[in-house]
Amino acid sequence: MWNFSNIADSIHKWLNLTFSPTLATIIEMVIVGVCVIGLFAVLGLVLVIMERKVSAWMQIRLGPNRVGPKGMFQSLADTVKLLVKEGMTPTGADKFLFNLAPYIALIVAMLLMAPLAFAKDFQMWDLNIGVLYIAAISSVSVISILMAGWSSNNKYSLMGAMRSGAQIVSYELSAGFSVLSVVVLAGSLNLNTIIQSQADGWWIFKGHIPVFISFIIFIIAVTAETNRAPFDLAEAESELTAGFHTEYSGMKFALFFLAEYVNVFIVCAIGATLFLGGWMPFHIGHWEGFNHIMDYIPSSIWFFGKTFFLIFLIMWFRWTFPRLRIDQLLNLEWKYLLPISLFNILLVTAMAILGWYF
Amino acid sequence: MFIVKYIKEVFNAVKSLLVGLRRTGYYFTHHKEIITQQYPDNRDTLHFPDRFKGEVVMPHNENNEHRCTGCTACELACPNGTIKVITQFDITPEGKKKKAIDKLVYHLELCTMCNLCIIACPSDAIVMAQTFEHSVFDRSELTKILNNPGSKIMEGVE
Repeated sequence: MWNFSNIADSIHKWLNLTFSPTLATIIEMVIVGVCVIGLFAVLGLVLVIMERKVSAWMQIRLGPNRVGPKGMFQSLADTVKLLVKEGMTPTGADKFLFNLAPYIALIVAMLLMAPLAFAKDFQMWDLNIGVLYIAAISSVSVISILMAGWSSNNKYSLMGAMRSGAQIVSYELSAGFSVLSVVVLAGSLNLNTIIQSQADGWWIFKGHIPVFISFIIFIIAVTAETNRAPFDLAEAESELTAGFHTEYSGMKFALFFLAEYVNVFIVCAIGATLFLGGWMPFHIGHWEGFNHIMDYIPSSIWFFGKTFFLIFLIMWFRWTFPRLRIDQLLNLEWKYLLPISLFNILLVTAMAILGWYF
Repeated sequence: MFIVKYIKEVFNAVKSLLVGLRRTGYYFTHHKEIITQQYPDNRDTLHFPDRFKGEVVMPHNENNEHRCTGCTACELACPNGTIKVITQFDITPEGKKKKAIDKLVYHLELCTMCNLCIIACPSDAIVMAQTFEHSVFDRSELTKILNNPGSKIMEGVE
């Protein structure tokens, strides 16, 4: 049976036979880069149409239904529209930073793809500190937002960027703590080891209540980190026109838009990897027969299924809850999520030491 | 106690959020309840809610009679001068003078569909119609005369 790791292996072998090892590595890097950009394009198209359809159905509307069958090509048409639009730079803007900011947003998203395991033995970079790497790189994304807000020379942009700074810096704490609870249980920062440790059940089931609490905190925190409603203060259409990307147009705006959706995908993929077992099929303890049946479903389908389930969850939040005010937002983090996650990590540590998990 | 209040707050917050999620989840799984209409496609079968207000009209019966007495209550009620009642004096068969309307001028371009004139009208002469395709090429076409030419007041309306 074919799978992603076989394809990757055969390409690797063929390249090494045909070219010198250095050249083969360079070619592999190029292939990986092209694949990541392709994945970005597909994710952008799929997630935008998914978001619009989900939002429409939740608001008892029909959503896009004119372009293509059931409106499925709407996001493609929107992309073409954005491509042909003029990418303006305002006169008063800091031109270098203004043009640099969207690329940083996208590069951060690209870097975060590296340690993700998309299928069994299919990973760009098997990093032994994968979780730390993700936590470190994801905090760089705030720089691109601050850069965009500052360089636009616009009050709305600056306010959006400042809000976003306060928000991302605060919510990273509780996101970090909830990730740590799984690291404590799995005993490793390597994403592959964490996935392997879930072979007899995902952590959300094995770790029962404390891990479930940290899963909820993780979902809340990453919703805030990706600047999505109910925490979309950085954009806040009704208050700040479009927040940090008010002055952006054309493809530069599209890059921010794309980076937002790719970030949603990435954080959901991380959530799926840590709490729902990544590509690991649904296994229950020692039920060998049941586990074997589950193994027949390819690992990539498990991974993308879980990730899209989490994305749907985050979309569900977005179209249900109203936006928080900035003081409510910071109250939620510093008075509720942080104390709860601090207490929770203590609980998880005690649980890990005493072996009170399945 | 502080800690009990704190836990209660968190619990209630989660509960209320779940109520909201349940509502949208219900809508998400029940596509039959779609309330929007595909306007240009279903132009013949459009369904309007009762409270939709399009423009002010004056209904006439088959004898070209309306119920307007020319009391100008609607003109006084209108907040932005949309309605202008031009009155005249009819001579009744008994030889008395009686106030009646010559023209009831209605400026659609000024109207905000606030319904105050309809409420003010003592004899229910004007109603809100559910038309909405009001675009015209010239602004003067939006100034309408509501009573039909040669129309009379209905018998028994005072």
